[in-house]
Amino acid sequence: MQPIIQIEGVTKTYTSGHQALKSVDLTINRGEIFALLGPNGAGKTTLISIICGIVTPSSGTIHAAGFDIQNGYREARARIGLVPQELTTDAFETVWDTVSFSRGLFGRAKNPALIEKILRDLSLWDKRKAKIKELSGGMKRRVMIAKALSHEPEILFLDEPTAGVDVELRRDMWNLVRQLRENGVTIILTTHYIEEAEEMADRVGVISQGELILVEEKTRLMQKLGKKELTVILADPMTAIPAELADWKLTLKADGNELEYIFDTHDERTGIPSLLRRMGDLGIGFKDLNTRQSSLEDIFVSLVHNNGRNGQ
Amino acid sequence: MTRVPAFNLHGVLAIYKFELHRFFRTLWTGLAVPVITTSLYFIVFGSAIGSRMTEIGGVPYAAFIVPGLMMLSLFTESIFNASFGIHMPKFTGTIYELLSAPLSAFETVLGYVGAAATKSTIVALVILATAHLFVDIQIAHPVLMIAFLLLIAATFCLLGFIIGVWAKGFEQLQIIPLLIITPLTFLGGAFYSIDMLAEPWRTVTLFNPIVYLINGFRWTFYGTADVSFGMSFGITAGLFLVCLSAVAWIFKTGYRLKN
Repeated sequence: MQPIIQIEGVTKTYTSGHQALKSVDLTINRGEIFALLGPNGAGKTTLISIICGIVTPSSGTIHAAGFDIQNGYREARARIGLVPQELTTDAFETVWDTVSFSRGLFGRAKNPALIEKILRDLSLWDKRKAKIKELSGGMKRRVMIAKALSHEPEILFLDEPTAGVDVELRRDMWNLVRQLRENGVTIILTTHYIEEAEEMADRVGVISQGELILVEEKTRLMQKLGKKELTVILADPMTAIPAELADWKLTLKADGNELEYIFDTHDERTGIPSLLRRMGDLGIGFKDLNTRQSSLEDIFVSLVHNNGRNGQ
Repeated sequence: MTRVPAFNLHGVLAIYKFELHRFFRTLWTGLAVPVITTSLYFIVFGSAIGSRMTEIGGVPYAAFIVPGLMMLSLFTESIFNASFGIHMPKFTGTIYELLSAPLSAFETVLGYVGAAATKSTIVALVILATAHLFVDIQIAHPVLMIAFLLLIAATFCLLGFIIGVWAKGFEQLQIIPLLIITPLTFLGGAFYSIDMLAEPWRTVTLFNPIVYLINGFRWTFYGTADVSFGMSFGITAGLFLVCLSAVAWIFKTGYRLKN
């Protein structure tokens, strides 16, 4: 896999003293959809603002498409498109003019046919002569996406793309993202909705309190998602797991009062009936049984929670 | 992807056209204001005072005040247009796009200051044309007049750009033009010759840089002024360089532009 963005040791401390990023290292591969997942205030927007040139990093280096974002800013920025989180648009310009303006700003010659295609893809063609202030919030969001695509970027950042967006626009947006990916565009989106990351991303990075605490392929996260845990609450506590139960890879918990067994729901045999039979044979009594799904949400919450505790 | 050129001409033109577009959208008010103001000045100063004060340095009073009138509008228009141009995207948040674009500081300033200077120069020339309806005006050094006009427009547009970046709200955009520039212009010999002032006020007035701008500009019209043209040109060029350095510093440090 070819890297398209390489982030090395990037930190950011704002003049207020707030440390928004604590040494982030991350590599994004060409052509992938990467979801940056994290709660509000985790540093997602700061990180992408640094890559795009809106915020200056306190330290660290970033290469985009092989160009240093500071020394080679012209080459790097010409290849990047950004759709920010806030709806920030001009008011009095027409849709057509504002999208054409963006293309020029990024150094590209006029291309009305391309602008037409972008506006049609985003269902904005009928509104091309409308002033932006006359548009609804959803339409403005589409305009911002059109502006970001107007210079045919290789890398597209979508900061909280579906925050406050209706179902129709969300569906259109995902179709567009898939279409862009087919054309080789690398997409980085930030979100605090796990479903969004699950639906779209190839890889997921979890950021919390300015630290990247996990980067993993989504399929691998989904495997974790497919796991369930069985907790057996014992009648009498035990000090060690009997050798006869070694096949199940159990963990002893709660001071020897509980046995935890993790199993894959996709397996043909879960191993639960045989475990319980064997326990009966050995005379190990239990008071209760409990199974639960370990979801991506759980993984996420526990990661963020642990990170928060360690960070205190 | 094609190679990125070393100079982002499309980007500069995009900003330039965007800014001029705003001007043409409000063309009628943009031009009616200087035309009406000039006419009012002519009625009040030219007719009422001019009838009692026929000539200054061999120039009829009504003609004498024309360069000062042009400067008065050029200063305020330049500052207003340039400060509004950069303050607006800061206010609405659309500045994200400018900051993330492959534009150098020089290209950004060329787009904004170039457009603002174009607008204020047009306004100054409209004032000249309006004044011509009231009084006969001879321009001794037309090429120098245009060059000096453009230099002063560029200087005050740079100043406007600085104010636009510095200001934290729309009311702050008004502070420097209203409290500093306009008083200095009125006291800087826009409507009189500083030779008419008694000491020590004449000497005090020489510390007002606007005096040199107005007198230099007046010299290009009538070949006479209160101070030498060389001195006027030197001070104007100095102000231009000070503003240019301040703008360079803003981009180098990101002062009130980015975190």
